[in-house]
Amino acid sequence: MTPTTSDRQPPMIDASACAGCPMHNPGQLQRLGVDMTDWDYVIALAGNPNVGKSTVFNALTGLRQHTGNWPGKTVTRAEGGFVYDGARYKIVDLPGTYSLLSTSLDEQVARDFILFGRPDVTIVVVDATRLERNLNLALQVLAITDRAVICLNLVDEAERSGLLVDDRRLARDLGVPVVPTAARQNRGLDELLAAVNEVATGRFVGRPHRVQSQAAGVGRAVDELTAQLATAFPGLPNARWVALRLLDGDESIIRAVRSGELGELGHQEQIMLEVVR
Amino acid sequence: MSVLATDGRQLSTGDERRLVTDGPRVTPDDILQTAARLRREVGQGFHEQLMADMYADAAQLAGRAVTQPGEAQRFDLDRAIDRIVTSRLWGFPLMILLFTLVFWITIAGANIPSQWLSSLLIGVVYPWLNSAAAAIGVPGWLSGLLIDGVYLATAWVVSVMLPPMAIFFPLFTLLEDFGYLPRVAFNLDNAFRKSGAHGKQALSMMMGFGCNAAGVVATRVIDSPRERIIAMITNNFALCNGRWPTQILIATIFIGGLVPAWLAGFVSAAAVVSIAVLGVAFTFGVSWFLSRTMLRGEVSTFSLELPPYRPPRIRQTIVTSLIDRTIYVLWRAVVFAAPAGAVIWLIANVTIAGQPIAVYLVNFLNPFGLLLGLNGVILLAYVVAIPANEIVIPTVLMLTVLLTGASGIDSGAGVLVQTNSNATILSVLGAGGWTLLTGVNLMLFSLLHNPCSTTIYTIYKESGSKKWTAVAALLPLAMGLIVTFVVAQVWRLVGI
Repeated sequence: MTPTTSDRQPPMIDASACAGCPMHNPGQLQRLGVDMTDWDYVIALAGNPNVGKSTVFNALTGLRQHTGNWPGKTVTRAEGGFVYDGARYKIVDLPGTYSLLSTSLDEQVARDFILFGRPDVTIVVVDATRLERNLNLALQVLAITDRAVICLNLVDEAERSGLLVDDRRLARDLGVPVVPTAARQNRGLDELLAAVNEVATGRFVGRPHRVQSQAAGVGRAVDELTAQLATAFPGLPNARWVALRLLDGDESIIRAVRSGELGELGHQEQIMLEVVR
Repeated sequence: MSVLATDGRQLSTGDERRLVTDGPRVTPDDILQTAARLRREVGQGFHEQLMADMYADAAQLAGRAVTQPGEAQRFDLDRAIDRIVTSRLWGFPLMILLFTLVFWITIAGANIPSQWLSSLLIGVVYPWLNSAAAAIGVPGWLSGLLIDGVYLATAWVVSVMLPPMAIFFPLFTLLEDFGYLPRVAFNLDNAFRKSGAHGKQALSMMMGFGCNAAGVVATRVIDSPRERIIAMITNNFALCNGRWPTQILIATIFIGGLVPAWLAGFVSAAAVVSIAVLGVAFTFGVSWFLSRTMLRGEVSTFSLELPPYRPPRIRQTIVTSLIDRTIYVLWRAVVFAAPAGAVIWLIANVTIAGQPIAVYLVNFLNPFGLLLGLNGVILLAYVVAIPANEIVIPTVLMLTVLLTGASGIDSGAGVLVQTNSNATILSVLGAGGWTLLTGVNLMLFSLLHNPCSTTIYTIYKESGSKKWTAVAALLPLAMGLIVTFVVAQVWRLVGI
């Protein structure tokens, strides 16, 4: 009888098997479920529909937010908590959206939270097998905030279909941390938490890639509007993005400017715009 | 140092001091005016250019990071499956076959544990509770209220609902986890469009098959308010958790009983699927009607992503669907069943002029009920069950036993014991004057009546409109009354 490959090899411990085990917990992740009293940091979980946001959310909080293989499951925000490295985190699972531009209620919930909720870190979950389309949303998030971490999820599926994604290159190009994960198998979540921790504590400061408009005259128009916004709403963290949205005629941003709601962004730490309730 | 004023004019030092004391004065209106002027300057193509720039960036970034597999296109299993399950020819038959299979497994598998549970909870625990109450000298009215009312209703809910749900929900969740639901949405999209509704309504309908209140919330994925209202109003035509057990039980007893035992499971499953399909047909019909009368407008387009098939995580799926859905729904049923049990016991035992209140109520409702091919007990049960559809069957059984003195009753009114098989339920219902028509019309009325109070409240919260909430509550009820009436009249005319 010919020995098979495994017969010949000496027994050894497969380190990746440990990382896949839900008990594996090197970073002292402590799942808190819905207990989110006195949090130190707020994390938003954004991404296209059906890329595994709720799976990441469940893995971090120990909650059982409904997951299923179809887009559009999460239409409201789900919230949970965890402790990592001594800090208490509150994490908010946002509805999956393809963009932050249009006006359907689920997209508005996601955008308003990233913009007005001012999370300390926004995790953008992207599907490694459909990177190009997923990056559209990531770029829109990066236009709003520099405190972001890209969770390159479903790398197991990418590997199965023979796709190789260079996460380091992507991280350099995007200017924010990129962490490959397979949340269904609990792979890469420790690294994700480490990166989130770095950004939350300010040890890592992102310099995100910003889309430069090629259209003539846009740069000057944006500059002019940004200057006005900065004067009217001092401390507004993403005046440039707001200027772009105003130029685009975004009704809900126009409303936010008119009502002065936008101005509160510069002053208050926590404003949860309750679109839903 | 010089400071630029908002209009670009350079300010002198004196101006600067004034500026500092007054603070910069750029009002929101100034900004909006500037934005409007600049918007005209940058021109029409701005949005498209913005999107194009972003897409170009995304494509470039992805291109740099991703190495495509070198080999030629391999055999793609997903595409092969999709070609079959979304095919024009096979899509619908496969869908119906798959759901029939799910219900067949549910019905065939639930029978035995249902019997175990009811012989345990009603055959063993119930007499034990009674004797324990008697031993410690609990007054008769209190033990009646608590044991014959609250406990029995709860025991009924558990033994009737737990086994089918413990089988059905994990199966449904496995299908969901596998990635089949978006394919169903894909298959149904065309029909929704022809009905003047949004294709994503297929997704909210799928949620409705679990819980209508959740389905109504799920309509948020639909952008257009018109189509969203349509989706909310028609969500009730998707049979929910609370109604599946009614359908399964009545189909098993009345429809399954018509055919030889070896066929019974399959035929009952087919009957349940027919009601579910009828519900989908009503969804289309009512959407069509609404989009041509009260809610006229264009159909908006959308893109639906067909996610890759994923091998379901079987253990996790079973655990989460048992905890999240089965236990959740059961808990809700128990919470509503316990007070309902007390109410039923009270109306069955509090007498006015020597007659229990329930008798007056049922006698009052009976003529209407019979006209609809139902009876007064069923109508009363649907009034009691407005908070939750789950308690219809226990209410019906308890009231029937009370009013008929059917087999298996104890001394107290409204107490049903020893019902450890469907045959006993059939004999109880038979004694209550039930026929095949009653069974069929109960299944139809269970599909077509007002949503539960939770769903109605959710519709009000989501739509913010009293008018549409009223339509959503009353339209299905009116349809249920009409459909059961017509079926009953035709049935009697034909003389089956």
